[in-house]
Amino acid sequence: MGEAIVITSGKGGVGKTTTTANLGTALALMEKKVCLIDTDIGLRNLDVVMGLENRIIYDIVDVMKKRCKLNQALIKDKRFDCLFLLPAAQTSDKSEITPQGMEEIVAELKQDYDYILIDCPAGIEQGYKNAVAGADKAIVVVTPEKSSVRDADRIIGLLEKEDIEPPHLVVNRIRNHMVKNGDMLDVDEIVQILSIELLGIVADDDDVIKASNHGEPVAFHPNTRASIAYRNIARRILGESVPLMSLEDQNGVFTKVKKFFGMRS
Amino acid sequence: MIGNKQLITIKGTRDGLTLFIDDSCSFADVMQELEQVLSTNYVDKDEPMITVTIHLGNRYLHKQQEEKLREVIRSKNKLVVHSIESNVILKKQALEWKEDSEIKSITKIVRSGQVLEVKGDLLLIGDVNPGGKIVASGNIFVLGSLRGIAHAGAYGNRDAVITASYMKPSQLRIADYISRSPDYESDGVYMECGLIDESKEKIVIDRLQVLSQKRPDLNGFERRILNG
Repeated sequence: MGEAIVITSGKGGVGKTTTTANLGTALALMEKKVCLIDTDIGLRNLDVVMGLENRIIYDIVDVMKKRCKLNQALIKDKRFDCLFLLPAAQTSDKSEITPQGMEEIVAELKQDYDYILIDCPAGIEQGYKNAVAGADKAIVVVTPEKSSVRDADRIIGLLEKEDIEPPHLVVNRIRNHMVKNGDMLDVDEIVQILSIELLGIVADDDDVIKASNHGEPVAFHPNTRASIAYRNIARRILGESVPLMSLEDQNGVFTKVKKFFGMRS
Repeated sequence: MIGNKQLITIKGTRDGLTLFIDDSCSFADVMQELEQVLSTNYVDKDEPMITVTIHLGNRYLHKQQEEKLREVIRSKNKLVVHSIESNVILKKQALEWKEDSEIKSITKIVRSGQVLEVKGDLLLIGDVNPGGKIVASGNIFVLGSLRGIAHAGAYGNRDAVITASYMKPSQLRIADYISRSPDYESDGVYMECGLIDESKEKIVIDRLQVLSQKRPDLNGFERRILNG
């Protein structure tokens, strides 16, 4: 039996889709069977980030309307045999999907896959409810901005009402120099306000955008800061060696980065 | 009437008259005797108004009965009802009373978009995040960070206070007063309380220690019951 994790944030543009793609890739690298589900009906992105856009034939609405079998809609990744994507529909409306339908699809996928990552649309309406319906766990993505933290707080409040485990937090797109100047919230502050367990932090990295534009999640390339961060998060999801004292762990990464810059300047 | 036992005892004090009404007879009997007693006690027209306090003992009066009683007394010259006291109240009233003066302890993080509303005092063990709101008809005590909105004395109790371990609220409301945080970025304060300063006509924030002087009634639940 696999595990379904919904990746959500409330606010848009904080990196839900990027996080989904990269965690999926990182988990696949560790030879787990992973299925990604894009639930952002009408504004699908996950296929683009994964570089699988041109392979879509059926989508999640087709599955829900029983126009095709679930297996027919799943797209195998270019790079990994154990990574699949269930794309969202681009032409339909959110109302075509129901929470019950999502639960059924996720339950079916759980038979075959170790991890099902559900990419949640922004907002707290129907799309969010659909995405959360089948999930066992939740990851809340937040950027170090007040508006993002506020929305994450709202989402966490809503998640508490669902029948899922307490959500975990990923702080995305941290710019260390701004945090140091006090122009950006620091991770401690965010964790203090949201008071949920921190799963990992990801530094803001140009490589992420570069890789996304090439349809290749950054986690596929080793050695970039973001890639290591995502792989660490994936290992923590597996309950593996990386201690959950991730702040200290990530401080290690930061010092390395600082050293790197120090050598250059 | 049964025998000659007096149902109503009248005592004169400095503050006026006190009527002790026997609590084992019927209400009709009381009214009958009251009419008699008061008509015999004729009061001089020149004298000032006399206040009357009525002790009912263990008798409970319905609204209509109470109104009747007041009417009879009011109809006599120079008598004015000051108060009617009884040893008993309805169970329903008592429960309401208890609820209003009880402390409800709740462990929770009140997050953005959530509202926590209680009757009586609220002891919140947890935080109120920005965008969250807590409302109580009595006082509010937050064992944690207060970053959202807190409204104490929501039904008009201006003596209500708001205390927090860490105070950085976006708004404090007490009864019909509202104060908001300043527009500039400010640090929160630790172990402080908000209360209405009647002389300044606004909510002030002060150290917790001032409460023992400014709101001595906060001591103990039984005492507040007695004070009403």
